Amino acid sequence: MSTTNGNLLEVKDLRTYFELEEGTVKAVDGISFELKRGETLGIVGESGSGKSVTNLSIIRLIPSPPGKIVSGEILFDGQDILLLPEAAVRKIRGRRIAMIFQDPMTSLNPFMKISKQLMEMTQLHLGYTSARAYEHAVKMLETVGIPDARARVDDYPHEFSGGMRQRVMIAMALSCEPELLIADEPTTALDVTIQAQILELIREIKRETGTSIILITHDLGVVAGMTDHLIVMYAGKVFEQAPTKELFAVSANPYTKGLLRSVPDPLIAQGDLYQIPGLPPDVAHLPSGCPFAPRCERAQQICREEYPPFVRVNVDHHSLCHFAREVYEESLHERKF
Amino acid sequence: MSNQEVVAFKGEPTQPISGMDGKPLIAIRDLKVYFDLGGGSAWDKLTGGSPVKRTVKAVDGVTLDIYRGETLGLVGESGCGKSTLGRAILRLTEPTSGQVLYHDRDLAHLSSKELREHRRHLQIIFQDPYASLNPRMTVGQIVGEPLETFRLARGEEAERRVQELLETVGLSRRFIKRYPHEFSGGQRQRIGIARALAVDPDFIVADEPISALDVSIQAQIMNLLEKLQREKNLTFLFISHDLRAIRHVSDRVAVMYLGKIVEVAEAETIYHEPLMPYTKALISAVPVPDPVVEATRQRIVLEGDVPSPINPPQGCRFHTRCPFAIEACKEVIPKLVEIKQHHWAACIRISPKQPHIENVAPGDAPGLRYYPEMA
Repeated sequence: MSTTNGNLLEVKDLRTYFELEEGTVKAVDGISFELKRGETLGIVGESGSGKSVTNLSIIRLIPSPPGKIVSGEILFDGQDILLLPEAAVRKIRGRRIAMIFQDPMTSLNPFMKISKQLMEMTQLHLGYTSARAYEHAVKMLETVGIPDARARVDDYPHEFSGGMRQRVMIAMALSCEPELLIADEPTTALDVTIQAQILELIREIKRETGTSIILITHDLGVVAGMTDHLIVMYAGKVFEQAPTKELFAVSANPYTKGLLRSVPDPLIAQGDLYQIPGLPPDVAHLPSGCPFAPRCERAQQICREEYPPFVRVNVDHHSLCHFAREVYEESLHERKF
Repeated sequence: MSNQEVVAFKGEPTQPISGMDGKPLIAIRDLKVYFDLGGGSAWDKLTGGSPVKRTVKAVDGVTLDIYRGETLGLVGESGCGKSTLGRAILRLTEPTSGQVLYHDRDLAHLSSKELREHRRHLQIIFQDPYASLNPRMTVGQIVGEPLETFRLARGEEAERRVQELLETVGLSRRFIKRYPHEFSGGQRQRIGIARALAVDPDFIVADEPISALDVSIQAQIMNLLEKLQREKNLTFLFISHDLRAIRHVSDRVAVMYLGKIVEVAEAETIYHEPLMPYTKALISAVPVPDPVVEATRQRIVLEGDVPSPINPPQGCRFHTRCPFAIEACKEVIPKLVEIKQHHWAACIRISPKQPHIENVAPGDAPGLRYYPEMA
């Protein structure tokens, strides 16, 4: 049914701005990417990088005012979501594109039984009768590994632990067999052993249903094992974009390289940890030139004056940097030794 | 037998967890912190409260040494009692029983006046840099307050000291008149560190000091703490759920599960050769920032959640989730014993002769033979 070239989602030059008292915050400023069916895309960035705003723009949940999608196209299965009337978007949201958020406690209604919250999905989107929806809810809880699902389905959210609530969120998101699952920091609030369980569950779901996934996180460890492609965001821009293995092995961007070096590897002992100097940028007051220049070790005069080009260094591999090719060459060289 | 004691190698004198030579700076002995949740009284029975007394055993018999100049990493999942342990050492939370020995004095039993004298040398850095700084005080007042409290400096002298402290933690001395809201999370954490340093402490409990910060800022704070340790010969108890950070900053690591220490060893050893099954699972669950490694890694995914500390499982507290648990694990509380040199673990299914659980015969518990007093 897809009319496009195997791409489920194509985002073209998306710009989402917020009009605040202190000025215009360009939270997402001209980003483009594609997601093929069955693929997992990771979006990495620190707070304020625009990764969550990107996600909210795709499902048109930007609070307006103050937010506004200023320009761009979001082609989902060939249809531009930004041109659709609100009613049509509502039919896509939750049914064809589902979301999981970071905090499962604030995303579930504390006054509603789990069963009711799960049933809402299929009754609303698929027109299930309440009996059928109830059975489906039990089945979904079983799918996400809630033990004794039939006995637990009528519990309230507070009766579930953090990890189980996140499983409920995933069950809810998957209820209508979405084509795209957007997971925004799905394991950030969870403990390590529970994080491992949830990531394993997402892997299984991907294997079994072939759902395309966008995984948004600040954790480079999480995306390393989960994604096919990666986007690194900084100050509302895509700084680097590449297949995951390539990006980790031969990064072409100084920010990505700094980020990779500043995460301690649990398996290898290191001396002093590399640190990116300075603070994350104030997106309302970006410097002219490259937004990373004030923190970049290799910044030259040109970096402070001219906005950097988005350079293609390899197939599918782009980097926003005046010296992208040089950085890429260095990475290739470093890898040899 | 609910106490977790330390059992020595046979034929050797009882020797507490020792990763280093010399006398420990802080020696924790059988420390317990229980929180009473009520229940069990006549009134509770009348009003429909809990018929039995409910107690959270947040810290349940911890024995641990912290040596001068080291960073001891304390790692565990939420609710395991690691923060309570850190607070109980400083008596910010009152211990139920046990000892905390510091310079031959038991902090757990000092009068409040004596305690105040000692507190000067014992400081804490908190997790949330937004909640732990008074928003109505200037940076100068926040960092200078301990100087006044302990009558270390006043007036211009105090101001000069505060300026020095700000520079030590990498902030500009011009910030002295500013308020906390004018700073980012990482900068606020630096202010918190400057405040802790103001009184020239020996020992600092760092309770999740980087968890609320961005990745690039986490590295900055970890490096700052390491620099300060080198320069001032500080001793740290670094509490975190982040195994990558713990690995990076710690000399030794203690792993905590439901109120008990289950393994202690040098950081290298814990990550490359964990012995206790919980530690094994914990280490294997940490995502590695390397897609090639991640693709081939064997992962132990534990089932279920951490049980509630209100009614923790009998026997070994980990037996409900442990892939290696046998019948005896439901009954015997394992003691923390030295399985290899400087490597302590609490598990009856291993012993110094058979340290690797994978090689132990199914159903066998060599620990019980080696330490008959555990059975």
